[in-house]
Amino acid sequence: MPLELTDEERAMLAGREGEAAGTAMRILVETAEVMAAPRLLPITRAHVDGCLYHGRAGLDFAERLVAQEARVTVPTTLNVGALDLLHPELVQLDRPTAEDARRLMDAYVVMGCRPSWTCAPYQLEERPAPGEQIAWAESNAIVFANSVLGARTERYGDFIDVCCAITGRAPEVGLHTDEGRSGTMVVHVRDVSEELAREPAALAALGHLVGLAAGPDVPVLDGLPPRLAVDGLKALGAAAASSGAVAMFHAVGSTPEAPTLAAALGGHAPARSMEITPAELRAARDQLSTAAGDASLGAVSLGTPHASATELDRILSLVDAAGPPIVPCYVNTARDVLAADEARAEALRGYGVTVVTDTCTYLTPIIRQVDGPVMTDSAKWAWYAPGNLGLATVFGTTEECVRSASMGRVWRDRERWGG
Amino acid sequence: MTEGRALVHGDAEGDVVALTAPLSFWGGLDPATGRLIDHHHPQHGAMLAGSVLVMPSGRGSSSSSSVLAEAIRAGTAPVAVVLADADPIVALGAIVARELYGISVPVVHVADPHAYATAATARRLRIRGVAVELVTD
Repeated sequence: MPLELTDEERAMLAGREGEAAGTAMRILVETAEVMAAPRLLPITRAHVDGCLYHGRAGLDFAERLVAQEARVTVPTTLNVGALDLLHPELVQLDRPTAEDARRLMDAYVVMGCRPSWTCAPYQLEERPAPGEQIAWAESNAIVFANSVLGARTERYGDFIDVCCAITGRAPEVGLHTDEGRSGTMVVHVRDVSEELAREPAALAALGHLVGLAAGPDVPVLDGLPPRLAVDGLKALGAAAASSGAVAMFHAVGSTPEAPTLAAALGGHAPARSMEITPAELRAARDQLSTAAGDASLGAVSLGTPHASATELDRILSLVDAAGPPIVPCYVNTARDVLAADEARAEALRGYGVTVVTDTCTYLTPIIRQVDGPVMTDSAKWAWYAPGNLGLATVFGTTEECVRSASMGRVWRDRERWGG
Repeated sequence: MTEGRALVHGDAEGDVVALTAPLSFWGGLDPATGRLIDHHHPQHGAMLAGSVLVMPSGRGSSSSSSVLAEAIRAGTAPVAVVLADADPIVALGAIVARELYGISVPVVHVADPHAYATAATARRLRIRGVAVELVTD
């Protein structure tokens, strides 16, 4: 079935709205055909991931669009780059790479995108409303937008994100449509205590398992306590979008399109189901740890995805209680979240915690030579860091991370995990 | 001969590297060397440069399009990709590399499980438009 375009879209494709809109529409149309979309739909916002430097090709693409005088036509936020523009001394990229990374970030700002530099655009004030059609890139932002905000986006990534932002269109397919958003598999969470189920790291371990099992399915999590905090749902989604390709999940009683199991399934029978128990959550925790649990620690990294204001408050209170870290300790957050409460950031720095903005410690060389594994409360960080940075990891709760940092060795909260 | 749907058109031929699990090019393919660097992946260490890459689908990060385009530019990419799922993130990397550099890396979707299994166990594959042809010699 061929893609049906409006007269306005055809004009854009023919270059009558400018050369850049023609380029963007050509790439969008070809991608929409791959996605088997019947037509395009208008979007109200975009989040662009293309500003993170992966090599020459991404820069060539952005600078070609700039040369063609591209401008985004909907409000567009930017994901992390490879540099911390507020704390440039933290990133140890070689100079030519750092210069290219900066040129890439600048190119997207020239196109009219907002220099938000965060992987958690859902923590910004101007976040999308339920039902809003958007084009977001960055896997953790996509899964959060669909699942927690109830906004509608497919899995967009580099290149197509800005093509959607320039044309103001996205393919009318998948998670943009009612049918595409219904749950297709059920995950029964069994015998997990309410205390553990409200622990973000346990939800991240759960998300890790769901991501490995889900494939292209939209999973429905049943058996969790109601009204889970957004930071826990964020950890769950980020993990599921790293170990797998999950772009939307439902948590019955917590996410907006899942008041009940039946509602989340959209009246259909699920294609399959699985069970997850506390023993499996512990196994996932250990699978995300490539180093032995009794190791002495090299460093601690928190805030992947970028820490929210609530998460920063909690980290600060945990450091208050445990004492300052004796190994390097990093927290990634957004510049907007940082600016909202400078005193909080100063208090963290006062304890010797390094606050990173605009980028993330698993993407770019920030963590200096470390002697021992790096502990993190992020399943996403634990999943990617061994490959990206060649580091061993230990995964645990935020409290485990902060207490371990103060002792210089891994501390496990056996009571919390039940083993 | 095995029929597929060309997500990105082109002609190519090469030895098959078949993956038993989905791969995210971001964090999974080193565009400097063409090697599979994802430690969690069963084929960790495999050389993908110059191969016809047969894999179930992409996975995870939305940055994979960029990494594939960069590998195509650098000459370290597979010469073709055969997928069991129509993954737009993989297709997009090839679409943009063709737009920027004029280099064609065909991406073919083989939906039929039997046909996909045949492609995955072939030693060498030739891609001609929508056709995925098994070369036996």
